[in-house]
Amino acid sequence: MTPKTLFDKIWDSHVIRSIEGGPEVLYIDQHYIHEVTSPQAFDGLRARGIPVFRPNKTLATADHNIPTIDQHLPIRDELSRNQVNRLAENCREYNIEYFGLNHPKNGIVHVIGPELGYTLPGMTIVCGDSHTSTHGAFGTIAFGIGTSEVEMVLATQCIIQTRPKTMRIKVNGRRGKGVTAKDMILYIISQISSGGATGYFVEFAGPAVTALSMDERMTVCNMSIEMGARGGLIAPDHTTYEYLNKIPAVESRPDFKSMLLRWRILKSDEGAVFDRELEFDASKIKPMITFGTNPGMGMGIDETIPEGDNTSSFSKSLEYMGIRPGMKLLGHPVDYVFVGSCTNGRIDDLRSFVKMVKGRKKAPGITALIVPGSKRVEQQAINEGIAEALKLAGFELRQPGCSSCLAMNDDKIPAGKYAISTSNRNFEGRQGPGARTILASPLTAAAAAVTGRITDPRELLND
Amino acid sequence: MKRDKFDILESTCVPLPLENVDTDQIIPARFLSSTSRAGFGENLFRDWRFDKSGNRNNDFVLNNPSFKGEVLVAGKNFGCGSSREHAVWAISDYGFRAVVSSFFADIFRNNALNNGLLPVVVPENYLNYLLDKIGREPETRVKIDLEKQSFSVLPDGEPVRFEINPYKKECLLKGLDDVDYLLNIKEMITAYEFRNTLKR
Ligand code: SF4
Repeated sequence: MTPKTLFDKIWDSHVIRSIEGGPEVLYIDQHYIHEVTSPQAFDGLRARGIPVFRPNKTLATADHNIPTIDQHLPIRDELSRNQVNRLAENCREYNIEYFGLNHPKNGIVHVIGPELGYTLPGMTIVCGDSHTSTHGAFGTIAFGIGTSEVEMVLATQCIIQTRPKTMRIKVNGRRGKGVTAKDMILYIISQISSGGATGYFVEFAGPAVTALSMDERMTVCNMSIEMGARGGLIAPDHTTYEYLNKIPAVESRPDFKSMLLRWRILKSDEGAVFDRELEFDASKIKPMITFGTNPGMGMGIDETIPEGDNTSSFSKSLEYMGIRPGMKLLGHPVDYVFVGSCTNGRIDDLRSFVKMVKGRKKAPGITALIVPGSKRVEQQAINEGIAEALKLAGFELRQPGCSSCLAMNDDKIPAGKYAISTSNRNFEGRQGPGARTILASPLTAAAAAVTGRITDPRELLND
Repeated sequence: MKRDKFDILESTCVPLPLENVDTDQIIPARFLSSTSRAGFGENLFRDWRFDKSGNRNNDFVLNNPSFKGEVLVAGKNFGCGSSREHAVWAISDYGFRAVVSSFFADIFRNNALNNGLLPVVVPENYLNYLLDKIGREPETRVKIDLEKQSFSVLPDGEPVRFEINPYKKECLLKGLDDVDYLLNIKEMITAYEFRNTLKR
């Protein structure tokens, strides 16, 4: 048998039919929906007069458009409230499981899917949200889709897709102190650019990748979309199984043992051919920050802003950020700190933030938004004393949601202000009109939160 | 569901010579709270079209009366960023029927095709030529022939071929959509599910 990549194994086993001329009909095992990209899809079903084909394969949550304080009160903004209510109504009408606001299982769609055990190795997973790639950390084919495709999945549990090309990115060696999974992925994107993997599905491999925890793997796969990739995935291994074994809903399944056996084939065979292969050395990676307005515009925290490529896009970007080539950002004042999102809103991330701010104080002038990715993360943070430690250092834990990651709610960064953000996009206006976003890891965000400036987290780490 | 068919389009163009135009620029997140598909054109490129106080930014091309038309010509890596189909709805709602670039982000391209907005990929040097020409001569008309997969500058520019998936081309020409196709093969889908439960 010809050796196959992990991607091909999963994809091939989900193809129902190949349409003449290219695309294939792909069966979807798990579908996630949220309030922003689903209402028009339900309207489509209504217009066609058809039901949801497999309601138990779709899970719904409210996350994008919700406030992160006073969640027990009705949502103040009328449009947002309406959108969330519509989701609740649609789920009721079509019999879809829905974890709405205040539900103990509510949270950002890409945080709750994995932590509740809905995301399992070998699955095909889609959601009307580009960061669906997060679920690839479990060895799944997971990718973002548009609303028309949400309608297809609701109607038939299938979508029509062209098979992407495959790329393998190996990260060898070991990460240095203070270098996180976020730095690893920001580094890779800075090397290949924000369009560098367009058309590809990326498998991350190599010792520095297998050494990552599940939370860290999710950070890496989450941002694969930021280099243009359709998605990213990592072969499941003992780290994956240990994580799943701790989820009651998974561990108690009668078929858990047989699933474990089946999952053993979920790896790229020796000699499998990828359309493209890249290798990086983890020991070269420093804590990373972005300086521009796409995630590919990143650099080591102590480096100098490059001259760029003379394009109007590059200079427009620096102008927006209020900086110039040749400048260093180290020591540059920061106004806002945002910790959260489906990139870095999990418990590992809060732990790492707290490790740095413990025994220190929030710098004067810093406004911090510390937003857990889900109700469970919030609860865990309270149980582990993280919430308390934050309070002592002058921070406050908010309630879960997407929050400042896309600023659909009130958590906006004001125009012209600098925000160190653990989210995934530094686009113009992403965190509010005129907001200046610098992407970084939770550790680097913590270093800025206690010093008020962009600070190399390695200088503050003492163990 | 039937939608408008796409065959031949002749129009003037609106040039947007910027690279990496992302979906947050096309339609900022704060305008995504609507639950219908209509009306997004009003906020297309909102933060470039209007300044903070809501005044028109006269430097922006959509506010320049010299440029109009149903074809948007933009720099490479157009539509990167989020999967929001609202970006496509906004562009269509504004009145564009095709976007020309040297490179489109994957999800954006899919979304466009699913909504009858044609993404036309042309070589980078041709794109630069085109942007330059339109910039200098806003009255330039172009012709997009989907059947022939050709793009040309009228009246007598050398046509360039663009690629499109044959299935999607068929859908656009006939005004059909993917849901229709999938609903027609429901038996195959059920059979697949059945096979899979047996395997387990
Ligand atoms: S946290 Fe940000 S990237 Fe993640 S799902 Fe929410 S809006 Fe999208």
